Amino acid sequence: MASDERPRPRIRCAILGSGNIGTDLMAKLMRSRVLEVQAMAGIEAASPGLARAREAGIVASARGIDGLLELNPLPEIVFDATSAHAHRVHARRLGDAGIVAIDLTPAAVGDYVVPAVNLHERIGASNLNLVTCGGQATIPIVAAVNRVAAVEYAEIVATIASASAGPGTRQNIDEFTQTTARGLERLGGAKRGKAIIVLNPAEPPIMMRDTIYISFEPGASHEEIAASIGRMVREIQRYVPGYRLRTEPLFDEDRVTVMIEVEGAGDFLPRYSGNLDIMTAAAVRVGEEIARNMLSGLSPARPGAGGSA
Amino acid sequence: MNSELRICDVSLRDGSHVVRHQFTVDQVVSIARALDEAGVSMVEVSHGDGLGGSSLQYGLSRTDELELIGAARSVLKRAKLTVLLLPGIGTREDLKAARDLGAEVVRIATHCTEADIAEQHIGFARDLGMEVAGFLMMAHMIAPAELAAQARLMDRYGAHAVYVTDSAGALTVDGARERVRAIREAVRCEVGFHGHNNLSLAVANTLAAIEEGATWIDGAVRGFGAGAGNTATEVLAAVLDRIGRNPGLDVFRLMDIAEEMVPPVMGKPAVIDRASLTLGYCGVYSSFLRHAEKASDRFGVDAREILVEVGRRNAVGGQEDMIIEVALELSRRRSPAAG
Repeated sequence: MASDERPRPRIRCAILGSGNIGTDLMAKLMRSRVLEVQAMAGIEAASPGLARAREAGIVASARGIDGLLELNPLPEIVFDATSAHAHRVHARRLGDAGIVAIDLTPAAVGDYVVPAVNLHERIGASNLNLVTCGGQATIPIVAAVNRVAAVEYAEIVATIASASAGPGTRQNIDEFTQTTARGLERLGGAKRGKAIIVLNPAEPPIMMRDTIYISFEPGASHEEIAASIGRMVREIQRYVPGYRLRTEPLFDEDRVTVMIEVEGAGDFLPRYSGNLDIMTAAAVRVGEEIARNMLSGLSPARPGAGGSA
Repeated sequence: MNSELRICDVSLRDGSHVVRHQFTVDQVVSIARALDEAGVSMVEVSHGDGLGGSSLQYGLSRTDELELIGAARSVLKRAKLTVLLLPGIGTREDLKAARDLGAEVVRIATHCTEADIAEQHIGFARDLGMEVAGFLMMAHMIAPAELAAQARLMDRYGAHAVYVTDSAGALTVDGARERVRAIREAVRCEVGFHGHNNLSLAVANTLAAIEEGATWIDGAVRGFGAGAGNTATEVLAAVLDRIGRNPGLDVFRLMDIAEEMVPPVMGKPAVIDRASLTLGYCGVYSSFLRHAEKASDRFGVDAREILVEVGRRNAVGGQEDMIIEVALELSRRRSPAAG
């Protein structure tokens, strides 16, 4: 159980995956007041991400999850920015070691989490999945409508710059649409969800944009729906500053169309790749909330906090 | 080289845009049966935006496309039942469902620069034992050599054919010829051509493509497809007959279908008017036309202005949501005090 040392100011975390997402995540986590980045692990010794980790003064391992599980003390939270396939293996090993996994892949091993919607309900979970970038951007809007008017059907169209769609997305595009659609239903509260993704190769690259079509129960108040959407947008902006409505919600009887765009923070990834930024920003938001919870002594599992300390 | 031409009639898929996806089982059955009897090799039946396209973004289908596909299956004797799938819209699950109902051929369509999102679906179609073609849309937007590099990917994934898909009807004859030639030289599989008539060049482009070795050829009877319509199958049949390349199409029968059977279904004929000409002139996705006309009514803006602006913003197929946004912006620019 908890040692008698004074509460540590920060919770140890590590990043699995040294690609663009892992590197952007590192840039954001290095600024955290409640999370301390211990290490980054990849599988290619020559990866630029690992070089950056070394420059930043953290442990850089090219031995993947083995590299992280050898750390002493162990990290308390691991962010997985590898692939769905890899995460299925990582999930079990992290779980066995009592480490909380925040999963940025579409593996969906753990419960879906969208910070603005259900973070507090999932705070004690051992594996949290961030759905998809399209899900992070659109599920909150559906949930906002559902708070004031039951959502019969939600459909989203995510348009992202070709340059910001990595090989993982490209080779598994069905996983994106299917996982996002499920998220619209489970977290957004829609009776039925549908997701579409479009890649646009224009140069300079376009900003991530999403259009959300929502059919709601007949007779609901347009003013209340618009107000609920407005509150949700402000909530998301707390952790994704570049999230904004492109126009005010467009109502047509029992249907509303909401168009948003997401500009990235430009930490490591370019600003147009808001689709990637919203994932890393959401991951940090989830990680920090869990860390605060651990620091306040509410969370039971603290790997490394017992025996070896 | 295999010189036997295979004609795919797309009216029951591309024509879906024209009727805002309101096809009925009776319409599909009668047209599919007649096309089969007239000797086309493939009859394509799907939502206009492919399997799974029924949506608020593209238009909800009046009849579930699977019901239409199953109905077409029941009347096709020689022609192969064909479907379209756009990765990002439809999924492998949708394809499996179509296959279970008897679809034999699928075209996997991507924007011309995004061939790699089709790998999963082309491989899956092969696993299902289907014939599969890659469909490189908006082919006018990139140079022949770049297009050929994308075609090579689809060839490697296992496509039996790769199409030059002139979605905007924006290619001129040399442009069509150069693209087919570049792909022909780059791939082992066959090459196809899908034209739209927005610049009145659909038959001419198709002929140039055939001269360059394209063998999978799309048409739509009476041009029943998006924009100013597709290459009219009956006209193509007459031309092919004249040059001694008719692969068994009954020219008179196709004329009869075009003249008697299609017009009542089609409603508004496929004509080159100012809006559809603008598609070809500015290189805009043909199925944006109906959406732009609708937005034009809703927001009181000229459909041409919407299309030009959408083209200027480099919209690709699938971005119908941009039409609403552009129309809204244009209407505000006109009357800044409103709304």
